[in-house]
Amino acid sequence: MKNTVKLLLMGAALVTASTSAHAEDKPQAEVMTSWTSGSEAAALGVVKQEFEKRGGTWKDSSIAGFGAADAAFQNRLVAGDPPTAKQAVLGLANTDFVSQGLMNPIDDVAKTGKWADVLPKSIYDLISYNGKVYLSPTGAHGESWVFYSKDAFAKAGVGDEPKSWDEFFVALDKLKAAGIQPVAWGGQSWQESKVFNMILLTQVGIDGFLKIYVDKDKGDVSTAGVKKTLDILGKLRAYVDEGAAGRNWNDATAMVITGKAGVQFMGDWAKGEFVAAGKELGKDYGCMLVPQSPGMVYVADSFSFPKIADAAAQKGQVLLAEVAMDPAVQVEFSLKKGSVPMRTDVDKSKLDVCAQKGLELMTAGKIVPDQALILSPQQAGALNDFVDEFWTNPSEDSASGAEKFFAIFE
Amino acid sequence: MQAKRRRPLAATFALLPTWIAAIFVYIGTMVWSVRLSFTDSTIFPSSNYVGFAQYAKLFRTSRWLASLENVLIFGVLYVAGCLALGFVLAAALDRKVRFESVFRTIFLYPYAMSFVVTGLIWQWMLNPTFGIQATVRALGWQSFVFDWIVNRDMAIYTVVFAGVWQGAGLVMVIALSGMRGIGEEQWKAAQIDGIPVWRIYTSIILPQLGPALAASGMLLSMGVIKTYDLIVAQTGGGPGYSTEVPAKFIMDNLFERQNLGLASAGATVLVLSVVMAVAPFRYALAMRARRRGAH
Repeated sequence: MKNTVKLLLMGAALVTASTSAHAEDKPQAEVMTSWTSGSEAAALGVVKQEFEKRGGTWKDSSIAGFGAADAAFQNRLVAGDPPTAKQAVLGLANTDFVSQGLMNPIDDVAKTGKWADVLPKSIYDLISYNGKVYLSPTGAHGESWVFYSKDAFAKAGVGDEPKSWDEFFVALDKLKAAGIQPVAWGGQSWQESKVFNMILLTQVGIDGFLKIYVDKDKGDVSTAGVKKTLDILGKLRAYVDEGAAGRNWNDATAMVITGKAGVQFMGDWAKGEFVAAGKELGKDYGCMLVPQSPGMVYVADSFSFPKIADAAAQKGQVLLAEVAMDPAVQVEFSLKKGSVPMRTDVDKSKLDVCAQKGLELMTAGKIVPDQALILSPQQAGALNDFVDEFWTNPSEDSASGAEKFFAIFE
Repeated sequence: MQAKRRRPLAATFALLPTWIAAIFVYIGTMVWSVRLSFTDSTIFPSSNYVGFAQYAKLFRTSRWLASLENVLIFGVLYVAGCLALGFVLAAALDRKVRFESVFRTIFLYPYAMSFVVTGLIWQWMLNPTFGIQATVRALGWQSFVFDWIVNRDMAIYTVVFAGVWQGAGLVMVIALSGMRGIGEEQWKAAQIDGIPVWRIYTSIILPQLGPALAASGMLLSMGVIKTYDLIVAQTGGGPGYSTEVPAKFIMDNLFERQNLGLASAGATVLVLSVVMAVAPFRYALAMRARRRGAH
């Protein structure tokens, strides 16, 4: 009996020894993202497949909810046990991590891959901190989209895509009259502030938008623009159902997919849910920019790479950085997730109409950055608070609302 | 002589881990948080002292002020609700009903559930588009309205519902065990005097349950301060700030908003308010004990 136990123990020790030796020469990656919805997971799967094809071992540590994933990541970072890679939005949010020396630069990968040549300059600037590349971009998202159910539009007698806000509200009224929920509203504050931003862009234009968010300008023109934005936002309240409070974005998308609701304001990742549900663009659903939009609000995702001592994980970081920027992966990833590839040299023919339109706007420079790219997390949070408070409080008028809006920059 | 000395020494050694834990883990982290609240720390601790700036900012933040108001409303109603409902349930079970253990299990069952589950269940039940309101309307009462959870003025009370539903069972068990400790003679004496049952409970049993109810009240109050998961699961703090609580404000600022300084200031205010609420109570108890000792 004793001998059997001994043998078993020895065997177990041998197995562990051999697997760990085996694992050491393989690049390893524990990847932490908040990509958990059907389409997001499928897109991440594209990266995973290529990563494994090139000999890596992949471990998924995804956590639902952007904030929850961030909190878990920061906890592990502070505890000295960071994952190999973390999904990160380009821009200001990473500055602290980089300046504290907690991130590994992937400058060598970027140089070998000639990233400076294949990425738009504005994106290349956003992934570089102090002259070194730290992020491996995965895809950009347009955030000013309206997705609509063709079925619902036909039932309500809405023919063409509305060209102005007035026409848009007429269409919403028609939907309401036809007994269809006009707007599928996602009731979380981050979703609401995206709607605020897309309306703001239609009211103040690209330069005005940058003036407000980058220069923190609160002149008369900016204030008037914010007021008009809040008026339109406030008008939308009448087209939203009672159950919207706290609703997830993909639950709202499902309402449009099933034809229960007419339109949804959302970033182009919502397209991924349509794709995952087997819906066809142009036949079952359509996408348009918000009415009167001179451009597009965008946000861009990437992988960031925490400093890590383990050699296999370091190899994994290099491999993952390469894989994420692989031209074929970029296209395949975008198709699944509904995003736009970051590389300008990819095969665009596979992209759908919306993505092509988004890419067009991007190359033409008709884009403005999302708050996550240009505001500190503190200010971005205050913006969410502000929009949510305004949205849920119909008695608030737009003048006092505008005042509160500019207070978030203080 | 020697035997006398050895014992306290052993006791001291035995208590050493507790002391170390208390000093370093509890007091140490508390001091650390207070220190951070005077710095401009964002995502990582910094040692750039800014005085009371974070506190000033905290009390200019309407979301924080709303959270204090909410936790007060929630706290008072939750503790009072749990105590009242728990006592009534205990009294009902105390009447030697049939299947007592079955009922006891049913009433205590919610307490075994985490706040996250509780929050989710109530979120679903209260959601006007597919919860209670939709169900009643489907039964034919078309004008029925029960939309508290999406109503800014009422949402905090729906959290109280969920909290009371979950916490009343605990009070019931504690109160029931207290009632079982009360001698049968008192009942007999009261019944001979022809006192109605409800009077017996309010005038004879209730006063004797003081310590048991005080203990449950204390347990519940501690739950109030750290209420976080229930809010996140049920309302996410919304609509607007209407169900925001301090613990959630602190967590959001710690992680999502990368604002360690402000979050620490919030945590410090929370600790101070607990100390201020508990201190007079402890003082009164101590005074009473001293007075008793003097007799």
